[in-house]
Amino acid sequence: MRSSTALLRRFGRALTYGLAVLVSLWVIVPIYLIGVAAFSEQLAVYTYPRPFFPSPFSTETMEFFLRSSGVLASARSSVIVALITLVLSTLIGAPAGYAIARFVFRGRDSFRLLVVSTRAFPIVILSIPLAVTFIRWDMYDSAYSLALMHTALALPFTILITSSVFASVPRDLEEAAMTLGCNQFEAFLRIALPLALPGLAAATLFTFVLSWNEVFAAVILTVRNRTLPALVLTVLDESPLPYRFAGGFFMLAPSLVFMLFIRKYLFNLWGRVTK
Amino acid sequence: MAEIRLENVRKVFGKTVATRDVSLTIHDREFMVLLGPSGCGKTTLLRGIAGLEQIDAGRIHIGGQDVTDLPPRKRRIAMVFQSYAVFPHLTVYENIAFGLRMQRVPAAEMKKRVQAAADLLQIANLLDRYPAQVSGGQRQRVAVARAIAVQAEVLLMDEPLSNLDALLRLEMRAELKRLLKELNSTVVYVTHDQVEALSLGDRIAVMKDGEILQCDTPLAVYDYPANDFIGGFIGNPPMNFLDGKAAMNGAGAAVTAGGVTFQPPPTVQSALQAKPVAGVRLGIRAENIETNPSPAESALAGTVLVVEPLGSHNLLTVQVGGERVKVNTRADAAFQPGQAIWLKLAPDKIRWMDHESGRTLG
Repeated sequence: MRSSTALLRRFGRALTYGLAVLVSLWVIVPIYLIGVAAFSEQLAVYTYPRPFFPSPFSTETMEFFLRSSGVLASARSSVIVALITLVLSTLIGAPAGYAIARFVFRGRDSFRLLVVSTRAFPIVILSIPLAVTFIRWDMYDSAYSLALMHTALALPFTILITSSVFASVPRDLEEAAMTLGCNQFEAFLRIALPLALPGLAAATLFTFVLSWNEVFAAVILTVRNRTLPALVLTVLDESPLPYRFAGGFFMLAPSLVFMLFIRKYLFNLWGRVTK
Repeated sequence: MAEIRLENVRKVFGKTVATRDVSLTIHDREFMVLLGPSGCGKTTLLRGIAGLEQIDAGRIHIGGQDVTDLPPRKRRIAMVFQSYAVFPHLTVYENIAFGLRMQRVPAAEMKKRVQAAADLLQIANLLDRYPAQVSGGQRQRVAVARAIAVQAEVLLMDEPLSNLDALLRLEMRAELKRLLKELNSTVVYVTHDQVEALSLGDRIAVMKDGEILQCDTPLAVYDYPANDFIGGFIGNPPMNFLDGKAAMNGAGAAVTAGGVTFQPPPTVQSALQAKPVAGVRLGIRAENIETNPSPAESALAGTVLVVEPLGSHNLLTVQVGGERVKVNTRADAAFQPGQAIWLKLAPDKIRWMDHESGRTLG
């Protein structure tokens, strides 16, 4: 009796792990193959069966991609857009996150819900009115206006992540600082901010990646000043296979690195949005 | 001079009233304990004094100054939190120095005062460490050192010992008492532990449901509880209660409880005559009951239910009529469960209460 339940439990655990591995492979294998193709010689992409290691290892494909027309310019614009987005969404989102974490105010929960629900509108529906408005206001086809759009898209995440970061700093600490001679702002500056800093850094990295990867708004709102994903997407059909692999890897790399850093805070966010 | 005067302080959270019009004067250099079960409003009151909680009505004066609308930093207070609230990103030294830095105390003076506070709490060897690198008990000492380093006139403590284990708590309790006697600060100390309250306080304010029921010296609160709640809350074991009936006769009132008639003292007599009550509740502490193995005059007859040897004495649980009574006996008294027993109450230690309201008569 006892051994059969133990067996069942072991089986259940094996099943869980099996499924987890399967799901992970589903994501990892394509990423890995993209990486392999990006660092092989261009012709290796057409060989069959696919090599599982880049042999010989070569940066020729990557160089080809980076030298293609418009790639460097649009990579630059991607970085500019992402940096502006990062700064703006942190400046706006972090105070909002702090407010949600610290203060009990009328409509706090509705506010939180509202923030998330802004992401419920498919951007496809918004795209035409957005493009029209941007053209009317003479903001069309500029990295700066695209950054505004990306800020709007990133804000819900910034607010939620920063609120979870601030919620993890005990309120007592700020109160103790206030009894020791700080006003509310000094208490924030000397206590809450330093303690929240790693988490805030993670949140800003997250917005950077979000903007770096965003393609839809970028395609709609820019023509000549394309960001990298927008550029790659528009030339995808007429570009050779090595170009696609190299482009895919180039765009993927920053996200992978950043995810590694902010993993801990993402778990926090999904694990417990509130305290 | 730092007398604290609370006038009709009220604080409401949504629909629950945390403190209802509490008035209390805490004298200069007094050690006042706010004691009560959780949710009685004692912490809210303390946070109100600290300025961390905005009160909804009433005034708070500290040292003759109305501080009701002042932020915490302008109230000349220091506070020790239940969670210690030691800053994790600062060293022990920087934690203790924090308040002094905010006051812009000169460097030499600051160093001296941090050192003195650390010496007083015996944590001078930990100054370079971070809070994560010291034990819970040491972190607690850091919190106290940080509060006393600023030499505030008022020291507020919110259950500072409740997160320590039993042995450490006992040790720290005695040390706090010694320390705070030297400091000459006015101390307001919140706890739900009645032993802590009795051992530390100059006076104890017993709170329940947002009100102060009684405020007096530890001995007075223990010996003369204002009502049956306080008698039951303070003391270990709690005060015993026997429900009796009052009857008027020629000589005055007499109370019958457990088959024995008791004569109330004159003050209770006059109270009963002024305002007759039907039920009288007798309160008596476990140590004020004499035990007899054989029938004695005006003794309550009962049966021993449980015998608990506690080393210094034995604690008996005795069934008397429909009620259970806790009695202390000598450790060598040979009572067995099931045995008949006769209990004699020390007449001058009986507390007489109105059964209905629970209030002490006379």
